[in-house]
Amino acid sequence: MKNFIKRHWTVLTTPSVHYSLAFLTVGGFIAGVIFWGGFNTALEATNTEQFCIGCHEMNDNVYQELKTTIHYTNRSGVRATCPDCHVPHEWTDKIARKMQASKEVWGKLFGTISTRDKFLEKRLELAQHEWARLSANNSLECRNCHSAESMDTTRQSPRASEAHQKFLFTGEKTCIDCHKGIAHHLPDMSGVPEWQ
Amino acid sequence: MKISAKWLLSLAIIGIAGMAMAAEPITTLRSAAPDQVSPAPQMSNFEDNSEKRPRNYPEQPPTIPHDIEGYQIDRNANKCLSCHARSRTGDSGAPMVSITHFMDRDNQFLAAVSPRRYFCTQCHVPQKEVKPLVDNNFVDIDQLLPNNSTRIAE
Repeated sequence: MKNFIKRHWTVLTTPSVHYSLAFLTVGGFIAGVIFWGGFNTALEATNTEQFCIGCHEMNDNVYQELKTTIHYTNRSGVRATCPDCHVPHEWTDKIARKMQASKEVWGKLFGTISTRDKFLEKRLELAQHEWARLSANNSLECRNCHSAESMDTTRQSPRASEAHQKFLFTGEKTCIDCHKGIAHHLPDMSGVPEWQ
Repeated sequence: MKISAKWLLSLAIIGIAGMAMAAEPITTLRSAAPDQVSPAPQMSNFEDNSEKRPRNYPEQPPTIPHDIEGYQIDRNANKCLSCHARSRTGDSGAPMVSITHFMDRDNQFLAAVSPRRYFCTQCHVPQKEVKPLVDNNFVDIDQLLPNNSTRIAE
């Protein structure tokens, strides 16, 4: 075993005999471009709504609920897709979330929420994960579109205007604190703070 | 003899009613025949000004002066109560649900909203500024009472 490692280490550390330095550097660069391009394309392919609703768990439950909300259909026709709210847009945060999502592959393989009943039973836990994530990052995914600076409270109803000035602009609360269930149905909220 | 008179009278009534029906064309609320696709009526926005509407009679459930689109009210959650519950009114500034809503069917007060009063939109409804389909001749009791008293005096 020790011999095996030693032999390979020598191969790696001795200069190349057959290939020129130019071939190795240019070849390495091209291989790098192809690898990086492929990696990013694959990453972006998993970051589409079509990919998300490719599984019946997402298509039959949460996607159907989204369709009735203002984030799917509205007067201006601008809409949010799954990753707009559920995956960070910044690259490093996105990779971190994608690594977390490997747990979801496990869930898919073992059918953690493969039926409607299983999904409903697990719904509170799943929702709590999302609430915790949005609380921790100050509702970053909401703010990718809804910025407090561009929010014109004079165009809002008096009720919304008052609440945003009192809680949002002062930083006392973040979007998700009041807007839970904005795009999906709520789980059993008994025991959730501020809910009955 | 008596029977034939009754017969004549009922015949006359049917005749007159038939003539009245023929003279007055039946109007319909539809803009097209039932088997035709008629254009959908224009949708209007909900009143959203947070201003209290006076009640038309003391027992009237107050109307909702704001938009409630997408508010979930089911066994899992009640979005209304996240502002109107007693414990939430401090933050929200919303009026608290009336104490009568804490009462069960035996008039005992519970600690929270009674299950029979849980579904807010059974009685409380948001408002839209639309032309009524049928004229309303409702008379407020305050206007009705003086009329009555003058009639009694006469």
